[in-house]
Formats: sequence, structure tokens, C-alpha cells
Amino acid sequence: MSDGQGHFGHAHIAPASMYYKVFGALIVGTILTVFAAKVDMGALNNVVMLLIAGTKATLVILFFMHVRWSTRLTWVVAAAGFFWLLLLFSVIGDYISRGWVPGTLR
Amino acid sequence: MPDPHAEHFPGRIHQPPLVANLEAIQPHDQIELPHHPKLQHHFDDMAQQIEASTLGMWVFLVTEIMFFGGLFAAYLVYRHANPEGFAEASHHLNVTWGAVNTIVLIVSSLTMALAVRSAQISAPPKTQVAWIGATMLLGATFLGVKAIEYADKFAHHLVPGPNFRWEGKHPAPAEIFYSLYFCMTGLHALHMIIGLGIMTVIGIMALRRTFDADYYTPVEIAGLYWHFVDIVWIFLFPLLYLIGGHFTE
Repeated sequence: MSDGQGHFGHAHIAPASMYYKVFGALIVGTILTVFAAKVDMGALNNVVMLLIAGTKATLVILFFMHVRWSTRLTWVVAAAGFFWLLLLFSVIGDYISRGWVPGTLR
Repeated sequence: MPDPHAEHFPGRIHQPPLVANLEAIQPHDQIELPHHPKLQHHFDDMAQQIEASTLGMWVFLVTEIMFFGGLFAAYLVYRHANPEGFAEASHHLNVTWGAVNTIVLIVSSLTMALAVRSAQISAPPKTQVAWIGATMLLGATFLGVKAIEYADKFAHHLVPGPNFRWEGKHPAPAEIFYSLYFCMTGLHALHMIIGLGIMTVIGIMALRRTFDADYYTPVEIAGLYWHFVDIVWIFLFPLLYLIGGHFTE
């Protein structure tokens, strides 16, 4: 298949430039998170750190892992995994806030 | 061709058997639709085949999210119970090494994505192998840096256990922090080692001209795994290396 297009599949092939752009954004995010950690923002430090990490993870999932062009079924399965994480941290956050986990009430 | 039944049916006009007739008109290779040799018989077409593989890999990755999620939950509970101790303990991790390793893994994700793309556009096997080799080299670099860091922790008695020593104000929380540090980064490093094994197989397959625009499922699936391991590190780096206290430096 010298023309680069498969005769059997119809997969989306992203241009190489897209991968370099996403890569650039990931590097910028890494530099930002190191500098943000050196600025005292109180509790906001954690929020900023997790927002940057979450954005980087989303970029990797959508573009490097091709979920952006995957079927809706793949979308739902991938989203279900992260939704489960949300449930886990909501429940544990709730327990911590009620002081039901020893040592965590403040 | 003599008619074998001629002596029983003397008046019969010779005709070749019906089956032989059909074969003469429509040989089997013309009746069947052309399909790729890598298409497994239980799939309709190549698109359905790669979709099934991708979906299966995502189901596995969801179990991995749960696996690492449990450790992140343990981290949340213990850090919430010991905020000052965790900040003090985090201070002893080398931010430079952690940041270098983050960059190394991000570059390896880029080379991995380009390895998949090179298969998708039917690039020559040596191009595919070059991207796969670059990804493996970066993965090995990550593990090398991790080995340097681990050796430093052993030398400074920061490995939890009877020889753990802590000079700061919060020795017990620091030991909990380093237990989580070794569990989380150790499990992550194990995933990197398995990833290198997977990429070795993928590299050999690429060398043997397995992948082209029609069939690149294994390299795509290996890529999903590699990127997932990168995502875990994207969260581990700030949560372990960058918490509280670095602004006092």
C-alpha cells in the first residue's frame, strides 16, 4: 500500500504536526506545574497542580491514544473508568470530611 | 474422460459431474470477497477487528485505572491526615530528576505516537523500528534515572523499614510518605519494564514487515498501554515531588 491509505480499513490518520503540537503543550504544562509549585498559593497549589495534570492527561487520551477518533463505545468505556475514579474520591472525600477515617478530622 | 457409468446406462450422453461444472465456471477464489490475510475469521472486516481490539484494551486499562486509583486514594487519606509530614518528606525528593523523567516520558509518548503513525502510513520497516527503538531507549532512560533516585534513597536510609531514619520533625508521616512513594513509583516502574518487553515484541514484528496501513493493531494497542503508563506518571510527579514547602527554598 504505497499510497499510505489502507485498502481495507478506514482509520483516521492524524498529521504528524498535530502530534508535535500536543507534545509542545505537554512540555509547557510540565514547566508550568514546576513553577506553580514554587509559588505559595495555599490550598490553591493543589488545585492548580491537579488541573494542569488533568489537562495533560486529557490531551494524551484524546490525541495520542486516538480516543478523539474512536467509536462512541470506546468513549463510554474510557469515560466509565475515570467516572469510577470520581466516585472513589467523592466517597473517600466524604468519609474524610466526617472524620470517619482515623486521624483525618481537622 | 470415460464415463464410469456408461456400461450401466448405455444410452446416456456423457456429461461431466455438476460440481466439476461449477468449479470450471466459478473457482472458489473468485466467489469469496478478497480479504486481508490478517483478518481473523470471526470479524466482518479489518475496521471491526481493530475496534474490538481497541475496546478490549480500554477495558483492561479501566482495570488499571482502578488498580492505581486505590493507591492514589491511600495517598489522599494519609496526606490529609499528615499534611505537614508529607510536605516535609516530599522536600527530600529531587525535583530535577522528577522533572527530567517527566520530560523523558512525554518525549517517549511522542515517539510512540509517531511509531503508530509510521505503521498507519505504511512507512518502511526501518522507520517503524526506529520510532519503536527510540521509545524503548527513552523508557530505559526513565528506569535508569529511577535507579539513581532509588539508590540515593537507600543510601540516605529513606527506605521504610527497620533502617528508616528521619532527621525532621515528622518521622512517622515521612515513613508513610516513603512507603507510598516506593509502592506507587515501584508499581509504575514495573509497568515500564513490562512495557519494554511488549515493545521488544512489537519491534521484532515491525522488523518482519508485519505492520502497514491495513494492519497495525498490535502497535496501536501497545501504544495505548505506553500512553497510559505516561498518564500515571503525569499525576505521580506533582503529587509526590511538588507538594508543599518548595516555595520556601
